[in-house]
Amino acid sequence: MKLRLIITTILIFYGSTLLNAQEANNMIHLENSPPTATFIFILFIGLFLAIIWHFLRKFKIQVSLEKKWGKETTAQRFSSYISSLNSNQITEYLKVKRLLRSKNKPDINKGMSTIILILFSSLTLSAQNNTNPEKGLFGQGGIIITLILILIPVLLGSIFAIVKAINAFKIYNNQNKLQDSKQFAENLIAIEDEELESTLLKRKAALDYTLSNYELSGKNKAEDTIGIIQNASPDHQVHFTAQKKKAIPRPSLDKDITKLILWYLGCAAFWLVLGGTIGEYVGIKFVSPDADHISWLSFGRLRPVHTNMVFWGWASLGIIGLGYYVVPTVSNAKIHNIKWGWNALWLINAMVIFGTISLMAGINNGGGEFREYIWPIMALFAVALILTLLNFLKTVAKRTTKEIYISNWYIISSIIFTIIIALTAYLPFWQNGISETIIQGYYMHSGVGMWFTLYTLGLLYYFIPQQLNRPIYAYSLGILAFWTQILFYTIIGTHHFVFSAIPWWLQTVAIVGSGGMIIPVVAATINYFFTFKGQWKKVSNSYTLPFFFVAVMYYFIVSMQGTAEAFKFTNLLWHFTDFTVGHSHLGFYGIITFAIWGGTYTIVPRLTGIEPQHHIVGAHFWLAFIGLLFYAIPLSIGGTLKGMMWMEGKPFIDSVVMMFDYWLWRAIGGSLMFLAHFVFAYNFYKMTRKPIAEIDIKEEAIKHLKSITGN
Amino acid sequence: MNIFNNHKKLYTTAGALFLGLTFFTAIMPALQNQKNTAPLPESKPLSGDALAGKMIYISEGCVACHSQQVRNVDMDKVFGSRPGMAADYANIERTSFWQNTATLMGTERTGPDLTDVGNRQPSLDWNLMHLFNPRTVVKQSIMPSYEWLFETKLHPTKSDVVVNVPPEFLKGLHGKLVAKKEALQLVAYIQSLKQIPLPDGSKTPIFLYKKETKVSLESNSSSDADGKALYIANCQSCHQANGEGLKGAFPSLKGSPIVNGDNLELYVDIIMNGYDARAEYGVMSAVGTNMEFNEHQVAAIINYERTSWGNTGKKVSPDEVKKIMDFIKIKATAAK
Repeated sequence: MKLRLIITTILIFYGSTLLNAQEANNMIHLENSPPTATFIFILFIGLFLAIIWHFLRKFKIQVSLEKKWGKETTAQRFSSYISSLNSNQITEYLKVKRLLRSKNKPDINKGMSTIILILFSSLTLSAQNNTNPEKGLFGQGGIIITLILILIPVLLGSIFAIVKAINAFKIYNNQNKLQDSKQFAENLIAIEDEELESTLLKRKAALDYTLSNYELSGKNKAEDTIGIIQNASPDHQVHFTAQKKKAIPRPSLDKDITKLILWYLGCAAFWLVLGGTIGEYVGIKFVSPDADHISWLSFGRLRPVHTNMVFWGWASLGIIGLGYYVVPTVSNAKIHNIKWGWNALWLINAMVIFGTISLMAGINNGGGEFREYIWPIMALFAVALILTLLNFLKTVAKRTTKEIYISNWYIISSIIFTIIIALTAYLPFWQNGISETIIQGYYMHSGVGMWFTLYTLGLLYYFIPQQLNRPIYAYSLGILAFWTQILFYTIIGTHHFVFSAIPWWLQTVAIVGSGGMIIPVVAATINYFFTFKGQWKKVSNSYTLPFFFVAVMYYFIVSMQGTAEAFKFTNLLWHFTDFTVGHSHLGFYGIITFAIWGGTYTIVPRLTGIEPQHHIVGAHFWLAFIGLLFYAIPLSIGGTLKGMMWMEGKPFIDSVVMMFDYWLWRAIGGSLMFLAHFVFAYNFYKMTRKPIAEIDIKEEAIKHLKSITGN
Repeated sequence: MNIFNNHKKLYTTAGALFLGLTFFTAIMPALQNQKNTAPLPESKPLSGDALAGKMIYISEGCVACHSQQVRNVDMDKVFGSRPGMAADYANIERTSFWQNTATLMGTERTGPDLTDVGNRQPSLDWNLMHLFNPRTVVKQSIMPSYEWLFETKLHPTKSDVVVNVPPEFLKGLHGKLVAKKEALQLVAYIQSLKQIPLPDGSKTPIFLYKKETKVSLESNSSSDADGKALYIANCQSCHQANGEGLKGAFPSLKGSPIVNGDNLELYVDIIMNGYDARAEYGVMSAVGTNMEFNEHQVAAIINYERTSWGNTGKKVSPDEVKKIMDFIKIKATAAK
């Protein structure tokens, strides 16, 4: 109650100081009024007060307890002592009673309260002093930091003083209690009451009563007619990590399709580890530009190697691989043609290998982001997509369910759209002059949103309801999200080139469309989260659901962030800065990558029958999750500061110098993500390795017997 | 609903919707632009070294960090004298049979925009040093080194372009550092990056989101602060923050007789029209003319240089500078 009151006061106080800060300074000149510093300061004061308050309360409880103790009459106290004697004490008492007789009467000390009051009031005084620092200096970062630093020893000192006071008080009271006990003993000896003694004896018998533990089972040996006791494990281990639910065995799939899916996911994992490593190295180059002077490893060449490798190698193979599980499963049909699946797999792998080598050798398509592979290499991907599309379409056509499940709307549409996108981007008829940029905006945007996001949303429509074991919240919301996603997402590519020389009407359409994106994003998010509703316990019991939960959360956050980034002012502030790099990683990593991981941990145990070790999955999850935050938050802050410096007209190199710390933090976050990939690869290996068969001696013995008897 | 039970209907509808939207927001505007946009009269397609340099620019992936677009917002004014327009890119066509058109507009500015860098930093010596290792000239730069565009020769011939890099950057290399053909081509491309003036009489598009404080800054442009900012933006990359320049490449302004002396005419002339009188140093380009400096800006730079790094030249007023600038202009037109 009180804590809540304190928090509200802090919030109100914070709000008012923030307002003051904004009035005093223009919104843009943030560095003159650090509201973040003020906020931290106030948070600190709040924390300080809360801790002090907590200790004072403890102190007060102690005092009131002791007071209560002081108020009771001796007789009351003694009778309550007597009634709460335990068995041992009763025995001892009765023993002594039989031996001795004598008399006395007790008296108690009072006082103390004055000292406590003085202590108490002086402490509250000092706490009040701390809440009223001089307001005029509040805005000064240095003063705030100094005050916080000074407050730390003050806080620790106050806590120490209060703890000491409580202890002193306890010692004092213990002395009183000792004296009281002496009197009580004498009093007990003085009592001459047969009735009391018999009551005490009865009480002792009651206290000593214990169950025999055989009341229900009896003493006969258990006859295990239905085999329950045999299965119980007497082995109780200490669990250092949370217990997760085991994967529920599912009917196993065909060996052929199992192998295909595992190869897709395995290749994807390989590209993730390699692509992530390259990304990590590219990130390090920001803080150590002279790490190497080798042309094949220079920043300009490696950056697209990284982005394309994780796009086509990791994510595309990952989602197609999961698609080979989901599409036939929700169609309740067998996959149309496994061979096409293998062909597509090799084509995409070949595309990434050739693409990587050509980019490192300095052969690229001309500079459009994600369009760096030249067309002969990209053509491999197009063929692979067409094969996948036909395969999935024919599988859906053979479905034994009446309706087409929502996953398949998304997955197959996404493949159709991607073929259209790739053709639009690579056909040469509309690429001259600034038309190249118009197409580029459309391509890089739709490539991300129509290929990866749409497909992943389809996967989530299967995995989330399946793992929660309940249907999706609302089909109708799914329908709304599906069509509005197509309608709005397609038209907003140009928002990557706001204020550029692209026709203004096109930019306006893009900005308006970005606003429209609220509809599909909110609809889909509600749909997923309402499926989770009431089932949150399952999230903490599962090692797959946290991945899907993170994916949905980032889907909402990143999409809304994207809408905000499309506005005109935010384009001034964030365009061309590292903010967009943070944004793209939040999206691609937070949504797509987490979803693929969740999918992999869901289906691979079904396919191979081997679960990953739960705590290593946990390590993977947290490394990736925390790593991503360390990656994206510094880049967002740094990108914002950079944009502000540019708007103020500061020399360009100043913004480079300013970014150093943020780039360093990015590299640290990137390292955590980099580690997470290795953990994932290890888990994948563990789930797919051919297990060395456990020899079941009994089983073998039976076999042996059978062979002897010739059966 | 029927559509969700019939895969042919569902996927045809979705595909058609997407294709239609694609046409109206990508293909149609692109085709329209190709039909309606013509290059500016003064623009010429790249050729020779500059074109070869552009191919190197593309293959090194420079676009990852350098944009080539001046947006119509005030903050982009530092990168060009006017906002970019579709016509600026109109003569860029498909790069090759294998490669798409490269407008190189970019989406990231880890480094500065290069639309107008040919006006801003045309110096061959500076660009070569900067390509060999950016930190030779800009200490805080994080741009990669393009060492492989250079070679070392013990006895360079007369036609070789020798780059005078400070010795600490030449660790493990013996002989003189010579720019390869590729380096020269790349610099030729960088030098060719200039905004083309609009034809006379056409309206220049304006920069949006002007800062209000800007006005007060300009009215008081001879102040020291302004001089320092102008120096950082236009002079520091060669003459360095400490004014000492770089040995063998850019002369020191600290204690320089021109900076501290009385020959104001020579001083202004160098700022406006460049300098190539001393063989041991690189050629200075016509910084003032390229950047269209006015007398306030020139006076501010002179005053900053005369009062920094222990220099003790006397201050000048914009009026004095204006007279000389007018005189130089007359001289220049007469010489033509």
